[in-house]
Amino acid sequence: MKNNINIDIALTHIFTRKKQTFVAALGVTIGVGIYLFMNSLDKGFSRYSMDEIFKNNAHIKIYKNDEISKPLTTEDSSSLRVIINPQITTLSKKIINPEALLATVKSQSFVTNAIAQVNFDAFYNRGKAQIKGSGNGVNMTEYAQMFNTNKYMVAGKTEALQGNLNGIIIGSGISEKLNLGLNDNITVTSSFGVVKVMKIVGIFTTGSSMNDNAKSYVNISTAQQFIKEGPAFVSTLFINTLDANNPEPFVQKLQQLTSYTVEDWKTTNADVLAGNKTREAMMGAISMAILIVAGFGIYNILSSTIMQKINDIAILKATGFNGSDVVKIFVLEAIIMGAIGTMMGLIFGSVLIGIMSNVYMGGPVGYFPIGFELPLFIRSFVLGMVITICAGYFPARKAAKVDPVEIFRK
Amino acid sequence: MNTMMQKSPIGGKRAIVLSTNGIGKYFFDPVKFKALDDVSFEAYEGEFLTLVGKSGSGKSTLLYCLSTMDTAYEGDIYIKGEKITGKKSDELAAIRNENIGFVFQFHYLLPEFSCLKNVMIPARKLGKYSYDEIESRAYEKLKMLGLQEQALKPASKLSGGQQQRVAIARALINNPAILMGDEPTGNLDSKNSAIVFDIFKEIAHEFGQTIIAVTHDNDFAKASDRTIELADGRIVNLDKSDF
Ligand SMILES: Nc1ncnc2c1ncn2[C@@H]1O[C@H](COP(=O)(O)OP(=O)(O)OP(=O)(O)O)[C@@H](O)[C@H]1O
Ligand SMILES: [Mg+2]
Repeated sequence: MKNNINIDIALTHIFTRKKQTFVAALGVTIGVGIYLFMNSLDKGFSRYSMDEIFKNNAHIKIYKNDEISKPLTTEDSSSLRVIINPQITTLSKKIINPEALLATVKSQSFVTNAIAQVNFDAFYNRGKAQIKGSGNGVNMTEYAQMFNTNKYMVAGKTEALQGNLNGIIIGSGISEKLNLGLNDNITVTSSFGVVKVMKIVGIFTTGSSMNDNAKSYVNISTAQQFIKEGPAFVSTLFINTLDANNPEPFVQKLQQLTSYTVEDWKTTNADVLAGNKTREAMMGAISMAILIVAGFGIYNILSSTIMQKINDIAILKATGFNGSDVVKIFVLEAIIMGAIGTMMGLIFGSVLIGIMSNVYMGGPVGYFPIGFELPLFIRSFVLGMVITICAGYFPARKAAKVDPVEIFRK
Repeated sequence: MNTMMQKSPIGGKRAIVLSTNGIGKYFFDPVKFKALDDVSFEAYEGEFLTLVGKSGSGKSTLLYCLSTMDTAYEGDIYIKGEKITGKKSDELAAIRNENIGFVFQFHYLLPEFSCLKNVMIPARKLGKYSYDEIESRAYEKLKMLGLQEQALKPASKLSGGQQQRVAIARALINNPAILMGDEPTGNLDSKNSAIVFDIFKEIAHEFGQTIIAVTHDNDFAKASDRTIELADGRIVNLDKSDF
């Protein structure tokens, strides 16, 4: 207070007009609070849907895509054309020499983990009841590491499958529908007619019925028996990389190593990602609009302060304050109101987040997927301050342009 | 210019503090109108100068040109020998801060501040002295104007005469070379007018500061050192003896 007269004047205006200060700050509080809350909500949702995606997807997968027959044509347009009906010509979804490919993939510096999987169509039977699903032959230890399967186990352990060629881990939906529990026997039939009676060594529940009602895990060699193939048969390679968010360059590098289809999780889940983006844009726009409205609150209150203080501004300019002093005084007032409002807004937003994170949604979601994200707090603070400074600057500029002569003549 | 000496009307050699050379001023709204026409005069150190004239004769208009706040005029103005015409607004603000004090018909005190703090404002802007030094100087000024009892009261809690004296203290805080007043006693009763008049006289004659005051009060003008009379924007009389 003792040092700078501009600061002294600004603080005096703020303190002698507590009600206006509070109202202006309150607008910012609501704006920043809602901005923080909505964006945390959005972030929580995105994180949740990412988690859902990575339950079933590695960063990159390599598989053999269906081949379509190509019409036979020649470059020469005058010659005869052979038109044929394009057809899928895939004979087998097998990856040839998977061991070598897996080894090459693993040797890439950006690859953190890579595993092989054998897929087969499975029918789970108990008496007359039958459920159609899909079996996955995997090295369960490596698989659990990549997909966090241990987190979803509700009975038994993933390790129990290791080396147990007769063991199977099934989804909770299958277990419920067939009324089968841990250590019970289940009859599994493949589309190739292979029938096996297997022992349930684990049950998982991921929250998505698509998985829980259909999926099961067995050892790779068991899966190969189900499709009547030898140990060289592998249908998919799953690969995790250093950076899940930017798989594209890794895809390009891997594609140079193999002629099979290399696909990242973004391509596989393009629909989910597009949905996320739309939601992000909408939430962002709405919350930003609320924040800007708060800025107008500051603008209004500062403008009216300036109208009321026009005599003070005139005498200050007469006694030697220049335009930039006047701008500083009123921008400082905006900053103080904005800082109070932004701080209260962060608290308000935190309270909303706290309440929301305790709301139980039920189903696979459980508690509302929302949390405290430091980057969002920083962004809300910065935006709150930037908007109030802008909202303060324009009336302050107007105040700086007050012509004292015009005031004194009145 | 600083060294230029001239015989002042009240005798002795005195330095010129302010001089004008052919000031002209137009207003364009609602019609083009010449409010000042070829106004040239000098004001000397320690001189109590009054500007008189009928309503609308251009007194205030001239004073605002002299004050450096109005820059839209023809001709030149010099303060302490330095030409201020054509300077940038920030430079003019600094010149006002250091060299010119203002007293208006209305006091223009900041209502939220105490009298003492109001008086301190121009000095804190000048930034030449520490806060504590400025505070004791401001207190001295208030004491000189008989306001020591009121120093810590909010400016809005004083009588009209007291407020005007606080405004004078504020105008004097930086010991400006020139004190300008536009009808500084216009709102005061005769008793308070007399107090302000005595203060002005003391400032001019004991501290050597120049006073340029616009007034309607004939007694006030007559008792000053010199009177300049304006009519229709022109100087019609430069000497008080003819007033
Ligand atoms: N902003 C303005 N726009 C147009 N004309 C103006 C403006 N200000 C002053 N005038 C005109 O200039 C002339 C001089 O005005 P000024 O205020 O200087 O008179 P004055 O001598 O101070 O009068 P008073 O004694 O009533 O205060 C008047 O005719 C007035 O109408
Ligand atoms: Mg006037």
